[in-house]
Amino acid sequence: MSQKYMKVERIDHGTVIDHILPSMAFDVLRVLDLSSDKTMSILVNSHSKKGGKKDILKFEGVELSAEEANLVALVSPQATINIIVGGKVVRKFNAEAPEVVRGILTCSNPNCISNQNEPITTEFRLGPDEGHRYVCTYCERDIVDLAKRIGL
Amino acid sequence: MRHVISVHDLSVEEIIDVLDRAEGMLDIARGQAVNDCLKGKVLGSIFFEPSTRTRLSFETAMHRLGGGVIGFAGTEATSVVKGETLADTIRMVSGYADAVVLRHPREGAAKLATEFSAKPIINAGDGAGQHPTQTLLDLFTIRQEMGRLEGLNISLVGDLRYGRTVHSLAFALSKFGNTINLVSPEGLEMPGEVVEHLEDSGQFGTACHSPEAVIDSTDILYVTRIQKERFPDPVEYEKVAGKYRIDPELVSQGPDNMIVMHPLPRINEIVPEVDAMPQAKYFEQAFNGVPVRMALLSMVIGGD
Repeated sequence: MSQKYMKVERIDHGTVIDHILPSMAFDVLRVLDLSSDKTMSILVNSHSKKGGKKDILKFEGVELSAEEANLVALVSPQATINIIVGGKVVRKFNAEAPEVVRGILTCSNPNCISNQNEPITTEFRLGPDEGHRYVCTYCERDIVDLAKRIGL
Repeated sequence: MRHVISVHDLSVEEIIDVLDRAEGMLDIARGQAVNDCLKGKVLGSIFFEPSTRTRLSFETAMHRLGGGVIGFAGTEATSVVKGETLADTIRMVSGYADAVVLRHPREGAAKLATEFSAKPIINAGDGAGQHPTQTLLDLFTIRQEMGRLEGLNISLVGDLRYGRTVHSLAFALSKFGNTINLVSPEGLEMPGEVVEHLEDSGQFGTACHSPEAVIDSTDILYVTRIQKERFPDPVEYEKVAGKYRIDPELVSQGPDNMIVMHPLPRINEIVPEVDAMPQAKYFEQAFNGVPVRMALLSMVIGGD
């Protein structure tokens, strides 16, 4: 395929987050909260070779740390992280759900003390089962509809 | 022992330790013996929500052990009405007192308090969350009446959705190996995570909407109030309140050694005629708050 027909250009150096759930790219961006003046490409509802659709994010000149990359798993657990150097993939790994998330999410329990005007940072811990659920350290409730609880 | 926030934090050994100490303090709790192990110590008692038994039994426990109490019941005369945060209130009170007992309408308040207090925090109920000292006095009463904490058939009856005491009690009972039945009106069923925990630990009995369905195999009938303040819609409250009424006829259908417990206050879920029956143990249960809280205070303040 010629470069001029590509929807999004290749990057020489940076990070590509692939296999993001369709229409979740903007939630991934909210989780990462990157403050960068570097070029960023967002591809939404792209056709996946594996069938169905996916979103892709490309960050030119930004190498995500493993800690940052793992935050992606909060909203898109099957996403893959590709670190690009010299136009080649030098490292590829899956995002792993972090054990503890501080300050990014808000509790879905409106009566939780963490939703009041108190000088604390929210904290959620990954539940022990495989359900990819997070439990509020304060009220001990499961967070509901996690993607909607980012940075509210 | 430092903070007492959630029944989840207590091991079986710690629970038994508290109950044993409480048993040894019964005479002091009744005023038949004197002990001043907390002489010169001060308990901060801060109640942002109404309470009769919990607050008064904590204060009684502190006085019986020779200590003093400061605090408030209701926020009207405090800086909380000016918008003071819980964090600042806790910082201040923990500076005055040797331990702080906290009741607050928000879930997680006690956990937050531990982050701002240099002194032990005892959770006296946070919203629909935890109420560990109620659980301990419930266990104390069960052991006192039944002689054991395991192998019992316990039926939790009433508002299992909003009633914090039954959540904590279900978790605590599951540490010992029991069969737990859940009896509630539709819409007030036990939260899923508690049911899952009981199922996973093999201690889930049955879930139903009628006390009659479980009464003949019940050792402990634990009845709870339908809590009006937990309902945003008063019409919904009226609809379910009074649906579950425990009367002498029902109590008589249980096994001979069955007991009836209730964290109180009751509204109309246990008719007064049950009070005189030998099965009724809810006033002994309320009294047991004193020795159990004495035991806890002596452990967290006295350092025993």
